[in-house]
Amino acid sequence: MSDLTNLGIAALRDGFRAGDFSAREAADAFIAAVAAGRDLNAFITETPDHAIAAADEADRARSAGELRPLSGVPLGIKDLFCTAGVQTTAASHMLEGFVPPYESTVTSKLFGAGAGMLGKLNLDQFAMGSSNETSAFGNVISPWRRGGDTVALAPGGSSGGSSAAIAARMVPGATGTDTGGSIRQPAAFTGTSGIKPTYGRCSRFGIVAFASSLDQAGSMARDVRDCAILLEQMAGFDPKDATSLDVPVPRWEDNLSGDLKGKRVGIPREYRVEGMPAEIEALWQRGIDFARDAGAEIVEVSLPHTRQALPTYYIIAPAEASSNLARYDGVRYGLRDLPDGAGLQDMYAATRAAGFGAEVKRRILIGTYVLSAGYYDAYYTKAQKVRALIARDFERAFETCDLLLTPTAPSAAFALGEKNADPLSMYLNDVFTVPASLAGLPAMSVPGGLSAEGLPLGLQIIGRPLDEQGVLDAGLAIEQRAGFTARPDRWW
Amino acid sequence: MSVDLPTVRKIASLARIAVTDAEAAAIVPELNNILGWVEQLSAVDTDGIAPMTAVIPNSLRLRDDVVTDGNRRDDVLKNAPQAEHGFFAVPKVIE
Repeated sequence: MSDLTNLGIAALRDGFRAGDFSAREAADAFIAAVAAGRDLNAFITETPDHAIAAADEADRARSAGELRPLSGVPLGIKDLFCTAGVQTTAASHMLEGFVPPYESTVTSKLFGAGAGMLGKLNLDQFAMGSSNETSAFGNVISPWRRGGDTVALAPGGSSGGSSAAIAARMVPGATGTDTGGSIRQPAAFTGTSGIKPTYGRCSRFGIVAFASSLDQAGSMARDVRDCAILLEQMAGFDPKDATSLDVPVPRWEDNLSGDLKGKRVGIPREYRVEGMPAEIEALWQRGIDFARDAGAEIVEVSLPHTRQALPTYYIIAPAEASSNLARYDGVRYGLRDLPDGAGLQDMYAATRAAGFGAEVKRRILIGTYVLSAGYYDAYYTKAQKVRALIARDFERAFETCDLLLTPTAPSAAFALGEKNADPLSMYLNDVFTVPASLAGLPAMSVPGGLSAEGLPLGLQIIGRPLDEQGVLDAGLAIEQRAGFTARPDRWW
Repeated sequence: MSVDLPTVRKIASLARIAVTDAEAAAIVPELNNILGWVEQLSAVDTDGIAPMTAVIPNSLRLRDDVVTDGNRRDDVLKNAPQAEHGFFAVPKVIE
């Protein structure tokens, strides 16, 4: 039998149903790939027993005729989703050893649909980062390398374990979360696909909180169809999340179509930023040609407040983070650092100094400052006003187009260590992904081609609220035309 | 607006994060760099614009006022760094 790790989610599901192989055989193949890929450091915790139990149950269900949507499919789970009985760290020492007694809604739905879990995937600490270098459990190393050298590259972030594991074929698909680009940018860096749905589509219950008005779970996989399959099982109303949307989950997979006839695809002129590398511009043009070839009409649109999106994000996200992360106090769960003779206040301060990494502290401090007395209106209220303008820009653009097409990131993957000395240059990586996050819109990245150095480049599609179908369809249209078949040469 | 050393110390204290003198000194230029950059928002005309409160319009729901969970003391305490007699334990706060 050919290597089952070459199969994506749809192929695994369908092959298993057709009786080509057992779920156990598939699980064993991926478990072996996970073990063989430890040099990439994509996993914080491996859970082969979980994958095997789900596979054995799937094999039993198949003989009993009780198949579920994801029977036979093992997945990777970003270590930001609480998993009952399995350590959940958010890649921080603060939560090392934390074993949730409850299951996040998203993982509960996935496991209820028959999926198994291969392990908990590494990420930037508390999902704060764009390169996976803020993890307390070490860098994830991208399976991709530039042609002709062995420099270790970033898999993107914060869902860097997810993107690396998919690209290295250690998992057929994975969960991600996206606050300012944490699904789309890692997908772009690794030649994989990922979709952040409309804010509120997936329940946030049981996902370690970063910035609650922005955090949204989504799916990551090798192709658009697999993303649709996975997202369909992750999404849905949940009374445990006050911002969960009470709307039905469409049958995204069944309705997938790469035909864009009658669609108007908008090209936002403000995304043509100064100093954009020629190959990113060429990639964008290729994407425009693909969309036109698929039948779409191309229209130029304007999103006047694009340039203000990043500074707005870096007020709102740290503000919400400083509030959300106040819960880590060394009392109820997680780390406690109690210096000799220390009182309660000293214990809080020592615990948080020891538990949080440098980037997390930086963001908590910025957030604390912008929310502090005398500065709240100047920073936070102002940012929420600009955010309203950014959302209005999109509403107006969608009066003349149905979808937006942009590059996902301003460059191909950079080397580990290349950008982490300067927080600002790292933040600028999210220039194209943050605006859609601020507006709560569905957005996805699909591979569009390779850089001159042989690294993947991603194209981003942004849709109207709740139009995941339109986003996925346009993603499929690009995927069908890009013919992206490149894979990293195995060195690990 | 920019921050100085005493301000960083105050923020760190509000955030309950212990910082050494060297750390606080290193944080000052980092925060100023970021704050200087976000300062550009002050140039945006936001007169008459209401601050965003919900990114996707959504009405808050009410549910029946009934108990839906509970009696899980041991679960709740399971991850506590220190639990005694069915309670979270902390250093003495009242002399």
